[in-house]
Amino acid sequence: MNLRRLLAMAYKETLQIRRDPRSLAIALIMPLIQMGLLGYGVSLDIRQVPTCVYDQENSQLSRGIVSSLDAGGWLSVREVLHSEAGVREAMDRARCIATVVIPTHFSRTLASTGSADIQAIFDATDVNTTNIAMGYIQGVIAQVDVQIHARWAAAHGQPISLLGQVELRPSTWFNETLDSRNFIIPGVVAVILALVGAQLTSLTISREWERGTMEQLISTPVTALEVMLGKLTPYFVIGMVDAAICLCVAVFWFDVPFRGDLATLLAATALFSLVILGIGYLISVRVRSQLGASQIALLVTMMPTTLLSGYTFPIDQMPAPIRMLTLIVYPRYFVTILRGIFLKGSGVAELWQPLLGLGIFAVLIIWLAARAFHKRLD
Amino acid sequence: MFQRLSAMLIKEFLQLKRDRWAMFSLIVPMVIQMLAFGYAATFTVHHVTSVVLDLDQNQASRSLISHFVASGRFDVVEQARNDAEVRRAIDHNDAVIAIIIHSGFQGHLQNGTGAPLQIIVGGTNSNTALIALGYIGQIVATFSSDEAARLLPPQARLARPEIGVTLQTRPWFNEGLEDRWFFIPGVIGSLTMLQVISLTAFAIVREREIGTLEQIMVSPIRPIEFILGKTIPFFLLGLGGIVLVSVIGIVWFKVPFIGNPLVMLAGSTLFLLASVGIGLLLSTFSRTQQQAFAFNFFFINPLFILSGFAFPIAAMPAVLRWFTLINPLRYFLIVIRSVFLKGVGFAVLWPVLTAMAAIAAVMLTVSVLRFRSSLDA
Repeated sequence: MNLRRLLAMAYKETLQIRRDPRSLAIALIMPLIQMGLLGYGVSLDIRQVPTCVYDQENSQLSRGIVSSLDAGGWLSVREVLHSEAGVREAMDRARCIATVVIPTHFSRTLASTGSADIQAIFDATDVNTTNIAMGYIQGVIAQVDVQIHARWAAAHGQPISLLGQVELRPSTWFNETLDSRNFIIPGVVAVILALVGAQLTSLTISREWERGTMEQLISTPVTALEVMLGKLTPYFVIGMVDAAICLCVAVFWFDVPFRGDLATLLAATALFSLVILGIGYLISVRVRSQLGASQIALLVTMMPTTLLSGYTFPIDQMPAPIRMLTLIVYPRYFVTILRGIFLKGSGVAELWQPLLGLGIFAVLIIWLAARAFHKRLD
Repeated sequence: MFQRLSAMLIKEFLQLKRDRWAMFSLIVPMVIQMLAFGYAATFTVHHVTSVVLDLDQNQASRSLISHFVASGRFDVVEQARNDAEVRRAIDHNDAVIAIIIHSGFQGHLQNGTGAPLQIIVGGTNSNTALIALGYIGQIVATFSSDEAARLLPPQARLARPEIGVTLQTRPWFNEGLEDRWFFIPGVIGSLTMLQVISLTAFAIVREREIGTLEQIMVSPIRPIEFILGKTIPFFLLGLGGIVLVSVIGIVWFKVPFIGNPLVMLAGSTLFLLASVGIGLLLSTFSRTQQQAFAFNFFFINPLFILSGFAFPIAAMPAVLRWFTLINPLRYFLIVIRSVFLKGVGFAVLWPVLTAMAAIAAVMLTVSVLRFRSSLDA
């Protein structure tokens, strides 16, 4: 390997990137746009759930329940319905996510038998939102229940018994406000690196084939290893710049806590970039059409990063075979490291396993990539 | 005109047939992603790993823990002996929640002074934490009422009637709260969009990049025939893709399809017209395939995130919510989910279909105009 030839190759590739300002601009603006989109657009913790109410009784008690549904800020009563058909229509047209139905003889049943039902109907096409809304409504009804208990006890001159009562004292670590932004944003660094790295490198060799400049490249004295390193170096720099942009936006704009140490993050980011770039290069060498290369690159980088890495969907909830599969899904290790460093303040001591996993992948992929390219035309 | 158009179409189909990557990239990613979403995409919270620190060690504390285990939502993976072990389990991701029962728990229950129960939730995944906290509340409430019933003397139990309000929950359209029923219809729309937009854009940009666009321009084909010839194959492929993925969803993943296939067809047609229009528009911005690839992501990713595919639109800030109004995928997802799960028809969906038609008309007009002027340049 000759450093001069390697630098010449890197210089050629840099010039090529510089002369295509649109792609470069996109590679650098992408992290900002993605961060903005994911930071603001991706929120799982829905507040102010649009709720409809069908109050068949319309008594003092039932009106009280309706106003306590609206009071906490978790639910927002948008519409009062007046018939079963109205409920059906509101749910069909998705005007509200939940409809609370208070039956006709609610107060009377409660007074005579001591217990009564309230019905909550959910538009369960969105399962996660349904689960969250269910929790909110259950919370409100539990409060109503406590009030009714207290009123009953007062009316019968009995003290409110705490017999068998548990006072729940929950505390949340690492993400005290349970803000889904703090959960999503660290993972975005992985998504953006996968996106930009795969996007740019997967086309780098296949383009030379498609445009016919490969013959020129082969007739020069550079070796296969120099081609690889020369082609990947500029993209590695772009990847690290992108990661730095993401980091700054996350910490300074979105106020995501950063509790760990920067050196570990830098090392992990470099390893992950190497894996992504190596994969992009490997595909680029094997697949000579740019369209094919870009599609395969997306499939092997973006798909695992967004779906199987734990970035949005928790790995421990996946079925066992898929969970086993995620062990070879390299973004999984990076996402674990990112969350650990950002939210938990973990260091090398806690994160050595994922770091090792990522390191093994980096060595393996770069080794494969270095062997893949031969200076032959057929 | 039809003769020239059919010649152009034959050329395009031949090219598609010879380009195994186009076929590959249309079918394989759809099937793989479908399987990945079907099996891996879940927001449900089952078997949350839990560490228990029981400092009271008696009947009440054991009964509480068995309430947690019996719910099926929590799995006790570790019995800690002190706070440090709890801390370590949560720090190392061995457990997501910690249940800490302090000494005196049973005593507080029995003399009615309210027994404190400490729960620690590792909140790195805020969604799991939020839902788990809801379950914990329910489990503890059940435990409390069981204990109250057990501890009260029989005569007092008679004097104090069981009073209270019960909430009956009725999840419509997806009674079993199956995640798949939510994600798979969504995958149909988003994957089709991704494939159709990028294939349309790539097909045109490649002709420009390798220089065959000029050859076509000097042939007697008119611009509009060229555009039709380029877009019709991808429109048809997209339709085929929707059918394929829908069949996998219905047959393999058993997602119910209770609506009218004609409504689905109408929605798909309008959606594909809009997608083809977007692809055409993107092609006018790019000289090389690398640029097309980059632009694709620039446009497709926002469409994807702001569609309600996984993240509820109701949880977005107002500005982004307005943006979703011009997103064809948002409307198509409503159509797919409504037809699959709700079984509603044109009577309910006409506003959505009209909005898609309007978006498709604008997209096609703008892209054709821009495309024609980009040919002159």
